[in-house]
Amino acid sequence: MTKKMIPTPLLDELETGPWPSFVTGLKRLAKENDMAVDLMGQLETSYKNRVGYWKGGVVGVYGYGAGVIPRFTELKDKDGKPIFPEAAEFHTLRVQPPAGMHYSTDLLRKLCDIWQEHGSGLIAFHGQSGDIMFQGAKTENVQPAFDALNEIGFDLGGAGAAMRTSMSCVGAARCEMSCYDEARALRTVINSNLDEMHRPSLPYKFKFKFSGCPNDCVNSIQRSDMATIGTWKDNIQVNEKLAREWYAAHGSEELVDNVITRCPSKAMRVRKANGEAAPAHVSRVKLDDQQCLEIDNKDCVRCMHCLNVMPGALLPGKQKGVSVLMGGKGVLKIGATLGSVIIPFMKMETDEDYEQLQELARKVLDFFAENALDHERVGETIERIGLANFLEAIEVPVHPSMVAYPRTNPYVRTDDWDEQVAKAQEKAA
Amino acid sequence: MAQAQPRSPVEHGAPDPMQYMHPLMKKNYGKWVYHGHPKPGVLMHRAANGEEIWTVKAGTQRQMDHHTIRTLCDIGDRFADGHVRFTTRSNIEFMVAEKKKVEPLIQALNQAGFPVGGTANSVSMIAHTQGWLHCDIPGTDASGVVKALMDELYDEFVKCEMPSRVKLSTSCCEINCGGQADIAIIVQHTKPPKINHDLVANVCERPAVVARCPVAAIRPALVNGKPSLEVDEKKCICCGACYPPCPPMQINDPVHSKIAIWVGGKNSNARIKPTFHKLVASGLPNNAPRWPEVAEVVKNILRVYKADGRPWERMSDWVERIGWPAFFQKTGLPFTKYHIDDWRGSRYTLNTSAHIRF
Repeated sequence: MTKKMIPTPLLDELETGPWPSFVTGLKRLAKENDMAVDLMGQLETSYKNRVGYWKGGVVGVYGYGAGVIPRFTELKDKDGKPIFPEAAEFHTLRVQPPAGMHYSTDLLRKLCDIWQEHGSGLIAFHGQSGDIMFQGAKTENVQPAFDALNEIGFDLGGAGAAMRTSMSCVGAARCEMSCYDEARALRTVINSNLDEMHRPSLPYKFKFKFSGCPNDCVNSIQRSDMATIGTWKDNIQVNEKLAREWYAAHGSEELVDNVITRCPSKAMRVRKANGEAAPAHVSRVKLDDQQCLEIDNKDCVRCMHCLNVMPGALLPGKQKGVSVLMGGKGVLKIGATLGSVIIPFMKMETDEDYEQLQELARKVLDFFAENALDHERVGETIERIGLANFLEAIEVPVHPSMVAYPRTNPYVRTDDWDEQVAKAQEKAA
Repeated sequence: MAQAQPRSPVEHGAPDPMQYMHPLMKKNYGKWVYHGHPKPGVLMHRAANGEEIWTVKAGTQRQMDHHTIRTLCDIGDRFADGHVRFTTRSNIEFMVAEKKKVEPLIQALNQAGFPVGGTANSVSMIAHTQGWLHCDIPGTDASGVVKALMDELYDEFVKCEMPSRVKLSTSCCEINCGGQADIAIIVQHTKPPKINHDLVANVCERPAVVARCPVAAIRPALVNGKPSLEVDEKKCICCGACYPPCPPMQINDPVHSKIAIWVGGKNSNARIKPTFHKLVASGLPNNAPRWPEVAEVVKNILRVYKADGRPWERMSDWVERIGWPAFFQKTGLPFTKYHIDDWRGSRYTLNTSAHIRF
């Protein structure tokens, strides 16, 4: 052990300043393992030459076809020998975290013990897909590290053309905005489809993410192929005590500037408190003895803004569920896309409701597996074939909530218009 | 001796969080009715039965040595209730059942070098990628860029003085794994890939590489008698999409891989719809180890936004109100022909109205 530390003048500059330094952490590891010494040597070289020196490869664990990110050094001397041999193999294990990323300190210490024994001792909480990233294992240590993690209930995540590790927000565990059991939805969908994660056979990656409300704290609309976002169907719930307290503390200017005028669909008004009962679709709450705040829930788009500004005074309704959006992805290849509405509302209360969400997920995975081109995300498939064809394939009826506005050009054949109208009327009946 | 039978994995999937969750959160699961923000880095949530849970949020370096994690665990045991969680931006949250535990916990975290903040109208920790530390295609580092920037933005993390919440991201290539953000810092290549024709035939599945190119600039070719690929450099947009499937098409360049700054992305539905970040600056040097030029542009944008934004206006809300001409004028960033989109769908990004601010 204890290989001599390599000078790292450039990395040393990242030990200054108030933010916690990963370089200081690497140096602590370098005192106890040679892999960290050589890792720092390679990283310093990258800082000096401003290029990366890792290449991929094939490393895995028995029974699985994905979940390990292999890294081999490309920094070699003229004889082809690694310049930093102890970090010549520096693989990462992607491991699925508990939904909502809850940990006990006991568990974290166990994870540390395992990685201190089998790996570099460097762990990232978490990667951008939500994995715990156990960074830095030699090829021979990958299997024992995984076995140890697997023994205490942990499993590898996704990589490559596979279903990926998922994320859900803190949600029901600690948030009044939560509209469903996010962790349960995540575990129902992901754990029912693990074959797609562990034995990759999809055309490209497929991500699910679960946010408890439209604040979308896990960025599901952008970062997932299928985003499940909590919402509600009925009226916003009100709490007069908290509404009065909020108004007493903030006053009318803030009410106008920060609440009323920021409502994107102009669903809010201030009204005289005259004791009349509110119409069925209106939420009304007294701000003081003279006036009340009114929300016409027919006009409300569930953006969350007023609930965020007046916590507790305004809360999601009682008929809770989810909206499902599909097609979000990053830049490659057609440019970044946001998910668009596929299911405007789906109740999420009973076992059957969660099973229905899983059935939808399965249907989309099957369609994706059969029909997407190589290296095509489902958002790109939808763009290629058109949303209407996609909906037909997954047997979801069209709904005006799926579009920002209807078609603006006449370039379409409408031979069976009457049939489609009849279908729409039948659905409406 | 016969080789031992390899151990078959138990396909656990995503673990049940209930076994690790703070007991008070478990007890009141789905029953929360209120939250307050008593001070930066601290949240108080109240359940329907009146029980309160206090959360203290601290920044971490994300890539943590096990000593750092153990230090956080020790703090969790001594000053909190032994349960933590992580946020999507790699902040750690300690939950305590009693208010009186909050201040000692904050002190312990600060003494151990962890900044407490990142709530509400702060600049939160930067969502980031792997970079030179572990990625196979990085144009720059990730952890280092983030460390350097968070040093500069430290005060904005521990205070909550921005008009609204500010989410930053960095990405070490144009694939943008860091994601959409109020301010995103992303590598922008400026030169076509340099091809090592000796390696292409052995390393790359050529038709797949041809198919990856968004502008159809790659075609199969015989170079020096070897099957390889060639790039029509006039068509090439230097995106680097060919590099991951074909490492001999080196896109990264110490000088010509620059850094671009994008603003106004957000994922939340609050107020305006979720929207992408927009290019505002580029051509910044990949200046390791502390990227001062990038920090200067980011700090300047934040300075202007902080002074000019109104309460609850995210970066995108603010720009929507003041307009892009005012954004460029107030930040002093030059508007160039490269700010005008020409990718598919770009017509919808043009101002098809007489709505012009003067």
